[in-house]
Amino acid sequence: MFVASSAALRLPRTDPNYSRLLIITGLSTVLLVVTQGLSIGIRGWTTGWLTELFGPLEARQYGMGYGGLIFTMSALMIFCHGLASRPRKGADLFVTGAIGLVTAVVAVFVFFPIFIMLMSAFRTEDGGGSLVLFFQRLVESKLWQVDCLTGAGSCGVAVNSFLLAVSVGVVTTVLGLCFALVIVRTGFRFSKILRALSVVPIITPPFVIGLAIILLFGLSGTVTTTIADWLGLNPTRWVYGFLGVMIAQTLAFTPIAFLVLIGVVESVSPSLEEASQTLRADRWTTFKTVTLPLIRPGLANAFLLGFIESMADFGNPLVLGGNLDVLSTEIFFAIVGAQYDQSGAAILATILLGFTLIAFYFQRFWLGKKSYVTVTGKGDSGIPTQLPKRVAIPAIFIVTLWTIFTFVVYGMILYGSVVELWGVNNTITFKHYITAFGLNWNDGIVWSGAAWDSFWTTMMISVTAAPFTAALGLLTAYLLTRQKFHGQNAFEFGTMLSFAIPGTVIGVSYILAFNVPPIEITGTGLILVISFIFRNMPVGVRAGIASMTQIDKSLDESSATLGASTWATLRHVIMPLLKSATVAALVYSFVRAMTAISAVIFLVSAEYDMATSYIIGRVENNDYGLAIAYSTTLIVVMLAAILLLQFLVGRTKIGRRHAKLEAI
Amino acid sequence: MSQLIKANAANVRFEGVSKIYGKDAIAVSGIDLDVEAGTLVTLLGPSGCGKTTTLRMIAGLELPTSGKIFVGDEDVTDLPATQRDIAMVFQSYALFPHMSVQENIAYGLENSRMPRNEIVERTALGMDLVGLKGFEKRLPSELSGGQQQRVAVARAIVLEPQVLLFDEPLSNLDAKLRRQVREEIRELQISLGLTVVYVTHDQEEALAVSDKIVVMDKAKIAQIGSPLDLYERPNSVFVADFIGEANILGCDVIAHGEGKSSVRVDGYEFDVGNVIPADKEARVAVRPRNIVLSAGENTNTLSGKVKKVSYVGSHYEYTISGNFGEIFAIEDSGLPIKSEGSEVSITFKDGGSCLVPI
Repeated sequence: MFVASSAALRLPRTDPNYSRLLIITGLSTVLLVVTQGLSIGIRGWTTGWLTELFGPLEARQYGMGYGGLIFTMSALMIFCHGLASRPRKGADLFVTGAIGLVTAVVAVFVFFPIFIMLMSAFRTEDGGGSLVLFFQRLVESKLWQVDCLTGAGSCGVAVNSFLLAVSVGVVTTVLGLCFALVIVRTGFRFSKILRALSVVPIITPPFVIGLAIILLFGLSGTVTTTIADWLGLNPTRWVYGFLGVMIAQTLAFTPIAFLVLIGVVESVSPSLEEASQTLRADRWTTFKTVTLPLIRPGLANAFLLGFIESMADFGNPLVLGGNLDVLSTEIFFAIVGAQYDQSGAAILATILLGFTLIAFYFQRFWLGKKSYVTVTGKGDSGIPTQLPKRVAIPAIFIVTLWTIFTFVVYGMILYGSVVELWGVNNTITFKHYITAFGLNWNDGIVWSGAAWDSFWTTMMISVTAAPFTAALGLLTAYLLTRQKFHGQNAFEFGTMLSFAIPGTVIGVSYILAFNVPPIEITGTGLILVISFIFRNMPVGVRAGIASMTQIDKSLDESSATLGASTWATLRHVIMPLLKSATVAALVYSFVRAMTAISAVIFLVSAEYDMATSYIIGRVENNDYGLAIAYSTTLIVVMLAAILLLQFLVGRTKIGRRHAKLEAI
Repeated sequence: MSQLIKANAANVRFEGVSKIYGKDAIAVSGIDLDVEAGTLVTLLGPSGCGKTTTLRMIAGLELPTSGKIFVGDEDVTDLPATQRDIAMVFQSYALFPHMSVQENIAYGLENSRMPRNEIVERTALGMDLVGLKGFEKRLPSELSGGQQQRVAVARAIVLEPQVLLFDEPLSNLDAKLRRQVREEIRELQISLGLTVVYVTHDQEEALAVSDKIVVMDKAKIAQIGSPLDLYERPNSVFVADFIGEANILGCDVIAHGEGKSSVRVDGYEFDVGNVIPADKEARVAVRPRNIVLSAGENTNTLSGKVKKVSYVGSHYEYTISGNFGEIFAIEDSGLPIKSEGSEVSITFKDGGSCLVPI
């Protein structure tokens, strides 16, 4: 390989053999590594015919190390270099290399594990494969029965998940829209607070809200006992089940819908609405016929996000589910439960994946090629129209109610963390914090608190994952918006696909794929970092695409005509204009890594325990005080981290006009 | 004007260049083109005619599907934009919004790895040249449209490019500024001796600034010539009509002479100053300014009726209908007005009309 490529380097670049030679050597080396990695397993050859062909192997396959990584990467880059230097293609080495890199890592860390998982869904207990059995298990009535709708019993796991996800999707979208409209389109006095408040649930570990709901509405919850005393009823466990999970998820995911919708509502060009008003439409008609249709893609996106998040949510159903079985928790119990049913988990995960993929596809299909882009290169001197009264008043009402509710929930979390034993002994104490984060002085600091280990692991892994996630996401966004290449659609679909894959599925597929060679990383910190990178990358991609489509393409072109290479353009022109997207991607991936549970729960090990899985463990032991104290600490740490990051990266100064809204 | 900034003007040559998008969207179809060093050549045509694609192929922002492009006799067909010695002023100016005026102008110089002191010197000179002294620290968003345009020009010329490209540089300016800026561009081009390729869809702008105009239509070159050539001797109905609104009338060619022909339109016989092959069908093209209107009926004239008169300050615009169809004519304000509905006889000024093939 090296002989061939160094021979190639002697040739002039314009020689067609130069690129041909590099392509052939690069590609064949990569293929060789992949074939070698997959055909030899722990017990020799992986398939029978290879054993027959070559006879039994003495050596087993070992996990590939950093040497293998560097070797494979170099081969890949040689291949890309070859592609880039083909004559008359006008390809750029940096761009080709980046495409090759992204494609390779997505293939290895998204498609490969999913493929392995699907394969194991077909596997029977004796190790063979059976399509019939797979379909039998796939359509089992345990999964699909709809008796709860007719009142004759309980629903199947899949049906539960679906109904829950649809309701959460709808409710979060409506709430998110209310928030976005109130903040952008009314002079509501508390807009700033609302905007800040919307961040808080994002930095909250998902199940914490579930815990707060228990503190409020659980058997010994404040609200439950008060109302029971008042009406003279016996307190019930009503909140455990569909309704409770739905409330908790709505609290947790409304901010996500809000963040999607506020971007869309802000991007509706004011001059379109002004045009509508000059065409004799009043505010309500304008809202109904212009504004609402323009934000429809945003609504679809928000719904999709709520749907997928709800499907993938693991913490809240675990804490609040009661008798409600959903796919994500069932998958977990199939893997960690007594039965250790790998193929059962794989089948459930396949169904879960199927749902989210259908949602994902439906959204793309529905929005199709309709272009709603209203951000143009031209300056827009219009001023956003005020909301019509009949929308504004109910929206402000809903927003206020919901905000108060959120405040109460967070108050509960804070209060719960300093209470001796909730509902039984309400003395104020810091003992939970001391148990978790105690420090002693004994010839140096002794990290005596029970939570320090998992806390530092979590910090380390999140901090490691964040820059990679942001870089990969923004790079992909750059390739998608700024470059044209063959297979671009497939590339986009592939990178966005991991967005539709629930964390639970990632977790299951990772342990199935990566606990054996060639990539043997189960139980390491690396697998956690990698799972975070690929799980959160699509958000970086979206943030990047959203901001990059607003940057006029002629900026790239002028930079090129001014002699800057693609890389220089990216560094000096695109990156500085993307500061806010970069911050968003960094913050998001850091926070998601800190708060993630669904994939993490499968991937943690004794050595690398994460904060969230530690907390879930405490919850399962009914140690609510410690769990809540730990969660509160996490929230504070993340808030500090976000502010720090915002301060460090700063904002791009380009100077824009801001319209002031009159107060109502 | 300045010692440091000079032109490395080079010529540009296209040999059978085509650009096809996807399978069959032809943007530019087999064009040959020669731009002499130190001249200003305009690519003129309606939107979608391929003029911007042609310009972008000179810049290297698009690579041709077939054919060859030479800049200063070097084959640059396969070179990307970065490696060509060409600068471009974009329609939207494409100033980097996060960089100050000074940083914008220095950007290209920094990419060419020039020594620091030379960058500073040249940037200052560039700003001087376009009259932006004192605006060094401003962000583009703090400048007016005209000033932004100058920054874009300065950013391009400090690189001393072999060829300077303009993509509809005036389209974002108001009418008054447009005239001023186009004159400034022309002055700069002449004083520095730059090779400039300039895209516009405004024929008046093209006539005003160009050494040579390339009229494009439907991905092909319709005619190349000096402004005078194109105006006086259009070689097709399209060019005659696109440049300066000609009246195109059906006619019979009754005699071919030496460099002139005799033509009859609806009984009116007159001479035109060009010949076209006898086997080709022809129309006669007359500029609105070259039409003489007189009251009443006369011999050997066209007769028609005034359909509409508009007063536009310096002159009157008439629409006259008759057996020949409709004619659009212009007369100075000083002359007596022909009122709407009145009968007029029409003649063409000597040498004011020409034959064009269909």
